Amino acid sequence: MDFSFTDEQDLLQESVTRFIQNDYNFEARQQNTVHAWGYSKENWSTFAKLGWLGVPFSEADGGFGGSSVDVMILMEQFGRGLVVEPFLPSVVLAGGALKIAGNPTQKEKLLAGIIDGSSQGAVAYSEPQSRFNLADVATTAVADGDNFKLSGHKAVVLNAQNADILIVSARTSGQQRDESGISLFIVDPKAAGLTRRDYPTVDSLRASELILENVLVAKSDMLGDLDAGFPLLEQVIDEATLAVAAEAVGAMEVLYKDTVEYCKSREQFGQPIGKFQVLQHRMVDMFMAHEQSKSILYMAAIRMDEGYNALAQKAISALKVQVGKSAQFVGQSAVQLHGGMGMTEELNIGHYFKRLTVLITLFGNTDFHLKRFGRL
Amino acid sequence: MNLELNGEDLAFQEEVRGFLDEAWPRQIRTSYLAPLSGPDKNRISETQVYFDALIKKQWSVPDWPLEYGGTDWTVTQKYIWDRETASAGCPVMSAFGVRMLAPVLYTWASEALKKRHLPAIREASVQWCQGYSEPGAGSDLASLQTKAVLDGDHYIVNGAKTWTSSAHNADWIFCLVRTDPDAKRPQQGISFLLIDMRSPGVEVHPIYLLGNQHTVNSVSLTDVKVPVENLVGEENKGWTYAKGLLTHERTGIAGVARSRVLLQQLRTLTQTTIQDGGSLSDNRSFVEKVDAVDIELMALEITELRTLATVAKGGAPGPESSILKLKGTEISQRISDLKVEALGYYALPYPDQLLSDNEQKIGPDDALTTLQAMLFGRASTIFGGATEIQKNIVAKAVLGL
Repeated sequence: MDFSFTDEQDLLQESVTRFIQNDYNFEARQQNTVHAWGYSKENWSTFAKLGWLGVPFSEADGGFGGSSVDVMILMEQFGRGLVVEPFLPSVVLAGGALKIAGNPTQKEKLLAGIIDGSSQGAVAYSEPQSRFNLADVATTAVADGDNFKLSGHKAVVLNAQNADILIVSARTSGQQRDESGISLFIVDPKAAGLTRRDYPTVDSLRASELILENVLVAKSDMLGDLDAGFPLLEQVIDEATLAVAAEAVGAMEVLYKDTVEYCKSREQFGQPIGKFQVLQHRMVDMFMAHEQSKSILYMAAIRMDEGYNALAQKAISALKVQVGKSAQFVGQSAVQLHGGMGMTEELNIGHYFKRLTVLITLFGNTDFHLKRFGRL
Repeated sequence: MNLELNGEDLAFQEEVRGFLDEAWPRQIRTSYLAPLSGPDKNRISETQVYFDALIKKQWSVPDWPLEYGGTDWTVTQKYIWDRETASAGCPVMSAFGVRMLAPVLYTWASEALKKRHLPAIREASVQWCQGYSEPGAGSDLASLQTKAVLDGDHYIVNGAKTWTSSAHNADWIFCLVRTDPDAKRPQQGISFLLIDMRSPGVEVHPIYLLGNQHTVNSVSLTDVKVPVENLVGEENKGWTYAKGLLTHERTGIAGVARSRVLLQQLRTLTQTTIQDGGSLSDNRSFVEKVDAVDIELMALEITELRTLATVAKGGAPGPESSILKLKGTEISQRISDLKVEALGYYALPYPDQLLSDNEQKIGPDDALTTLQAMLFGRASTIFGGATEIQKNIVAKAVLGL
């Protein structure tokens, strides 16, 4: 039994913690969201230089580690900083899909750009009717000579507007909700027949609706085997779920600690409001919610590193349930205890609350993962 | 005991429905039943037409006494009115003039002030905002520091108010100000003052709430000259007036009728949201969560009716009335959370509101307004007496702790 990090992991944590503390205060974060592309390009190249964009990949793939614990360490600190740079969609999702499903040629061609930050990716897996079911794929891919023709509507695709590499799930056989018959494709964002509607999300990040109308994709740009995309996608999404859970744990830590500090300094009725027992108990509950989430986070990261199987999947769903419940409680409580200030755009608290609202939804909410936990 | 409306009340209900069919046509109701975001040109004119009809019928301020242009409706009739107008999505006149200030005026103000301000509130021709909270005085309102010093026939007012809803649209502000800094208890040195927003020295600064919504402001008051006749009642009795208003029981504080509408929207959203080829209404655990909040709302509705029945018989509201705001806000927040949950991934998009009026919506039609309502709704347990403060009051005043 050992919950300590390796020396390399300690160094990684120190480096990202230092960056968040010194170079990523709340004002800087808000400034980063204003750009049309939604993040700081300078930060992005810093991430690349420090090797962070290569963290989820093995050395054989040109990366620097490849463990889930490493990704967890990064994402937890990104959560503390409320980082808006597209690490999750580009590196964890698109990079993850290439890592898991790419053939040597595809990896050779595309992973280097993801790792050095010169290219970005996005994964289009959800559809207006799919909710959280990855197998509910109505988008079709029909063979046409050396190509497939893709048609359909992909919903709320994170970072699509910045993506050089789009990975799209489409149905190549079977019925709309069959797990078999789904294939993954690497799609050129500039391909004819592909239209995009970009918008900001509630947490000030970026997403898009994608409409595909007979978009031609070369057969060599299929990712993984024909009809066998579902288990690959499921693994990518489980890795991403671990990442967002780690981010939520980092965000919860800031919220409960900032709330404690605020309640120590805000005076009403002639004393700091933190002296009132009802608020003390609420803050103890916030603290407990964070610690419990952190525990399952560690467990799930260890399971994922032991091998991707049903046990790991079950751990991921347990994690998302625990984090979903905790994040809602901690987010709402932090706003409540900050009073009117917690409701403002000016203070960081509301922005953490909004980001947690998104993280609770991403890759399946509490209800979805509770059911999946029961099935596995 | 019975829950049925009597013949007279049923006739009243028919009269209300008939009036609304004329004044608030069914074809425009649908869009108003969705949570409202930002002002819209059509809405402004449709709302004005409706308000004009209300004013003409003398139904714009049903809670007021008849002599000031209100009604002599029974509490049951007021309850029917609230329920019918909420379920028809009727716009509501700003509460600050109608519900917050007017009762103070007709109970305590001079004849001159009543004559000057009550008709304008009744006819919605003058907009009011409320200057209570200050940066250092939130839950502990009595610690407020804005000073009013008598100088001949004027008060000179200096200070800062915050969380002032609608100050950017208001013509007047009613303020609690400190007129006796040496009073034994902080509550004893406070007066109730009416200030014209156009007075030199009044400045309004927007505060953006979650999701960039502009509803509240900070208001700074620098050497503002206020004629002494704008003092309501007696000097240093402002706290009593404001507090009398807070305990003055009225219908609608629980927001039951509004929550019913929101719950119906949630039921519809549950049916129209697709999941696994069927609908979200096939998802038992989700439906059970909706049912659970429905049951809470039913209980609150009856709690409110019990209060109304007591008041109707001339009694003081019982201890159950103290939970109306506490439970009402908890329930409306819960409904909002479930609506956001029902949206799934479509709870994420937050497009620029200016564009969204002309463009096709992203996801379900009211996804954006649902999200805005959830964010803004977090304030309901903070503003107007935070839940923690309300519970302290119940513990002390009701349970005697």
